[in-house]
This record gives sequence, C-alpha cells and structure tokens, in this order.
Amino acid sequence: MNLWNIAYRSVKQRRLASMLTSISMALGVTLVVAVLTISGVVKTSFETSTSLGYNMVVGAKGGALQLTMNSVFYLSEPIENIPYEYYLEFLPLEQRQAAYENSYKYQAVSQQDELRNVVISTTAATGGLASSITQEILNDHLDQQLEQVLPWKRQGKFSAFTGLVIPLCLGDYFGTFRVIGTTPALFNELKYGPQADRQYTFTEGRNFVTHSDEHGFYEAVVGATVAREMNLTLGSEIQPSHGAQSGEVHATAFTVVGILDSTGTPNDRGVFINMEGFYLMEDHAKPVDQEEDFQGVEVDKTAPSGLTLENREITSMLLLTDNPIFAPSLENTINEANTAQAVFPIKEISILFDSFVDPARDLLLVITILVCLVSAVSILVSIYNTMSERRKEIAILRSLGARRNTVMFIIMIESFILSAFGGILGFICGHGLITLGSDAIEGRTGISIGFFEFAPPLGMNPETIMGSVSPELMIIPGMILLSVVAGILPAISAYRTDVSQSL
Amino acid sequence: MLLQIDDLKKAYLQPDGEVLPILDIPSYEVDKGEQVVLIGRSGGGKTTFLHSVAGITTVDSGQILFDSNPIQNLPEEARDRFRADNIGYVYQTFNLLSPFTALENVLLGMTFSKGKADKEYANWLLERVGLSHRLTHKPDALSVGEQQRVAVARALANKPKLLLADEPTANIDPANQQSIIDLIRETCNENDVALIMVTHSMEVADQFDRLDKLDDINELAPAVTAATGGSHA
Repeated sequence: MNLWNIAYRSVKQRRLASMLTSISMALGVTLVVAVLTISGVVKTSFETSTSLGYNMVVGAKGGALQLTMNSVFYLSEPIENIPYEYYLEFLPLEQRQAAYENSYKYQAVSQQDELRNVVISTTAATGGLASSITQEILNDHLDQQLEQVLPWKRQGKFSAFTGLVIPLCLGDYFGTFRVIGTTPALFNELKYGPQADRQYTFTEGRNFVTHSDEHGFYEAVVGATVAREMNLTLGSEIQPSHGAQSGEVHATAFTVVGILDSTGTPNDRGVFINMEGFYLMEDHAKPVDQEEDFQGVEVDKTAPSGLTLENREITSMLLLTDNPIFAPSLENTINEANTAQAVFPIKEISILFDSFVDPARDLLLVITILVCLVSAVSILVSIYNTMSERRKEIAILRSLGARRNTVMFIIMIESFILSAFGGILGFICGHGLITLGSDAIEGRTGISIGFFEFAPPLGMNPETIMGSVSPELMIIPGMILLSVVAGILPAISAYRTDVSQSL
Repeated sequence: MLLQIDDLKKAYLQPDGEVLPILDIPSYEVDKGEQVVLIGRSGGGKTTFLHSVAGITTVDSGQILFDSNPIQNLPEEARDRFRADNIGYVYQTFNLLSPFTALENVLLGMTFSKGKADKEYANWLLERVGLSHRLTHKPDALSVGEQQRVAVARALANKPKLLLADEPTANIDPANQQSIIDLIRETCNENDVALIMVTHSMEVADQFDRLDKLDDINELAPAVTAATGGSHA
C-alpha cells in the first residue's frame, strides 16, 4: 500500500469531518474565485470603458466629473446645454455653411445683402461709371469685412484641431435607460476597444441615418443590454419619456433599425436616436422669438426637418483631437472662455478609480487573503483535533516499521487531499456561480466569462506577472500550498507520537 | 543465536521526577525458530521487555544482539527499519487499523519493510489463518477471533525472524483461545520464525517446551511490581 492510499483511507474514514473541512476550504475558494473574477471584470471593464476612441468631452460649465459621468457613462444628470453654434466651431467651413444656411441669422444677413445689391445696382444705373467703380470697391471691402464677421464665411475656431466631433443630446429616458440624441458618426466613425480600434458592429440591422424614406427622422439604435432587457427587436418602436424616467412619454416614436453587439462599453446601455428626430420631439427644439431676436425676419430656408439652427442646442460633444498634442492647449482655450468646459474623461475616471474603486478592490483582495488564511487554519484545526484520537493509529503504523518522517508525510498528504479536494470543489462552485451570473455580467460589462475561463489578470501592465497571469492560477494553488503547510503542525504532532505509550 | 541480551537495564522517569527501574536482565537468549513463553505478574515489565526487543523503546544500558547485530544503540530510523524487516508483533488488543480491510491490514504489515507489498502472499496468509472469505471486511465487521487472526497474518506479512505476541488471547473468548495459540505456533513453525509469547495463562504456558518467568530473568521484577502496583508496563 502506498502512502497516498493510506492517507486517503484515513481521510475517508473520518468522512464527515473531512467533508466539512473540505467544504470550508471550498467556500473560501468560491469566495476567492468570485472576488478575483469581479475584480478582474471591474478592471477589464475599466480598461474597455476608458479606451473611448475620443480624448475630450466638451459641455456646459459645471462639474468635470458630472460631465464625464453623463457623457461617457450616461449616468448622473446633464449639466446644461451649450449653443449649437459652439459645436459648429469644431467643424470646417463647408459644414458650417450648410448648417448656417438654415438659420435666422443667415437669412437676415442675406436679406440685407439683397437690399444692398438693389442699392448698388440702382446707384450704378443713376451715378454713371465712376460711381459704379466706387460702389464695387466698397462692396469688395464690405465682403472682406463680412468674411471676418459672418460665421459661415470662416472655418470653425477649433476645426483645425479637431479629428472627430460627435454631438450628444441627453435628458430623455427609455425605461431606465438613457436616450442619446446624436449623429450616425457615433457608430460609423468612432472606434472602441482596448486599443480603440474596433468598429461598432450590429447583431441585427444597421446604424440609424439622418433621414430615411421609411422612418423619416425617427430611427434608433439600441445597445445589447437595452435590447435584451427591454425585449426590443428590429422594428420595435421606442417612445422616450421626457427629462426623467418618470417623465411624460413623448408622442414621437422611434423605430429600432439596429441592435449593437455587446461592446463592454456604456453604449450597451444606451438608446441612440437620430439627433434631428430628438429635436423634433415635443419641447426639445429651442423656441425662437422671431420678432424680438431677428426683427421679424422670415426664414425661407430650413433644414428638411423644418428646424433652424437657432432651434438647436446640444448637451455635450465627444471630441477626438486631430493630434493628441493639441489637447492640453485646446482644453485650456475652451476653459478660459465662458461658454463651455472641456475635460479629459480618462483623467476624471482615473481620479474616480484612484479614490474609490482601487481601494475597494484592494479591500476585496485583503478579504481574499484573509479567507485563504482562515481556510488554511480550518484545515490545521480539523486535522489537529483528530490527532489525539489518532495517536494509537500512528503508533500502530510506527510499530509496523513506519518511520517518523513517513507518518509525518502521511499527515501532510491528508492535508493536501483535503485542501486539493476543497480547492477543486471551490473552483467548480465559484466558476459555476460566475457562469450562472455570466449573462448578467456580460449584459453589464460586455465581458463574457465561461466556466473554464479564469479571472482576468488584476495588474494593469501586461508585461508583469500580475498583468498577464490570472490571479486564480496563483492564488488557488497558493491556498492549497498554504493548507498543506498548515498540515505541518499536526504532522509534527504525529512525528512526536510516543509509540510505546500510545500502543 | 537469534536474540542475545546482556545486562539490559531500563528505567522510567516518573511524573514526580523519580526514576523507576523496570528491567535489569543480566542475560537472556532465544535461538532461531525457538518458541518461548514468558510469564510474569502484571506490571512486571513484560511489555517493556518486548518493546525493547522490538526497538520500540530504547534501553538505558546493556546490549541487545539480534542476529549478531547490536540494536540497542541504533538511531530511531534504523530501529524502525530493523523492526519493519525483522519483527512481527501481535497485540492483546489486536491493533488493527479500522479504515482498512483485512487484506489491507496485512498489506500494511509489508508496506514499511524492504520487500515490496506482495498481495499474493497477503492473500495466502489470510487463507492460512482461515479468513480467505473475509478479505474485504473491515475490522468492525470481524469477530474478535477473526481480528486476532488478521493480526497474526499481519505480524507475519514482513516475513519476520522473531514474532512477539503480547497476551494474544487475553481478549479472546475461551472457545477461540486455543485455536489462536495453535495458529501462532504453527505459522511460526512453518515459516521458521522464533516466538516470544507473553501470557498470564498457565494453560497456554504449559504447551511450550520453554517457559521463562520474568521474575527469574528480571532482577527487578518483584520491586517493580510493588512500586507500580501492576499499572506500568
């Protein structure tokens, strides 16, 4: 009979006590697996969420964290709105011209232009050649001045620094989920993922468009979680509630044309609607006092939706600078002016993590270590308690010629059997538990964890062991080792058994 | 000569710090294959004597030659090995290991000796002691007589040169006592194993050609018995 068999039979003999010891170990390992998995998921989720694909958020003056929370995570309440014209400062000339054409301001100036042209032509007809030349010179001079003054005649102030800018209109809800009015660029041009190189893809359908023959301005795309929790499919209609979850439900319905694949980003929990449609909902377009503000100027050209530029506002915009080197000075310039604030979301999130999430994770790890110690001590106590009743058994083995080291080794093997069994059982329970909750985890974070997948590494640097190896692969064998070490004390007790007195 | 003892002295330190001499044996010998019965009063030092011979306990002075090799000064590990290879032990209380079956108990008797565990030999031994039908029974499922038979088989499993039997029938019902004695003596004969059997029973003792009284060989025996009141050794 080999020593393993002897140890195993001894463990089996004290079936109940052995099982209880192993279960205590298993509970410890289950807790460790859960803690490590949750820590890993939080960390991976953090990494995914902070690989935003943009480096700045611009919104109304107020709390930097609040702006980050509502524009990046769709949490917290939006601060205030910023003028649409401010958004246009990030766009190049052509896009600005197109946007301004549908404004009272543009119409007013063009009507004055027409008046001026009438004056010029009348003067030319009556004043002869010299007068005509003078008027032309004056006209050119005026045009040059207007180019400086009229916003649609120039590049946006920040356009040279802008790689990508995406406006967001927040405030409405669909169930518990945020409704985000935006442009199709959010999914067409913005990338996500740890390296910010992944293109958004759709489980079903397509991205929304500004206007379609089928649905007009009222198309929506929903995140994976929203689709699952609200049972949405292509063609489902969404009616946002105004301003709050309990707000009045808008009469306007948006048709779901696309369901995003799970991304692990806050977008999984967003309802994205066409911004033009957002403005068209009741109480969303900013009212314009035509008489007071524009002296009764009639707008004879609007956007296809019937909106003018003055009807529009945005909550914030996601900004990817053309070159990261522009970011600090751009942030500074924006923040110095009174209109808006610019924040670096990663900086804000890091502050949040440093002050709250990291300590929580560290606390969990401390608990984990304590659990490991408690499990080891429980094995020690369990085996040690049996030693007095086992003295005779040990003495018999010794009388049969077993050496002191041999009986010590047998006790260590018993300790190993109990802890390994507990470790495996705990692994199965822990992963079983995580598997049971995997749908919820995936729904919330986009991270899928299968039964045989280990908790993600805890460290941030993939070149270090902590950043590349699952902590389970270190901690579970470590726990088993610790428990075996805990078996040393009873093993020493066995070693010291006085054979002649114990027989 | 298998066992030769000269000037063996052994004393115990009592809890109150006093030294209690137990054994003082000027000379004692057992030949190879010889069967000896040892009788003595309770507390006379019989078990201490057997433990000393088996190397379970150390002696204070004197010499124990086993097969011409002195064992009294061997380090503990070497004594363990000596016991595993040369000594078989049958106890009054059988001392079978309860987690193991009859066959496994016998195999345990071989586990710590030089030779590898020989399952066939273990089977044969159990068949020899009349338990071929109880191989897979654990001690709890065996009668006391059967348990002692397993203990005999286990004591012979390592093919010892000397079998020490410490009152092997004290816990056996009278009907089975004789068969256990016969079994021990016969198997020792068959395997050329010397036997020292301790007993209180004159009925058993009378069956042996050689009967040793501990009172005769241990010069301290009467004093020890008085001092311990029969509680020690």
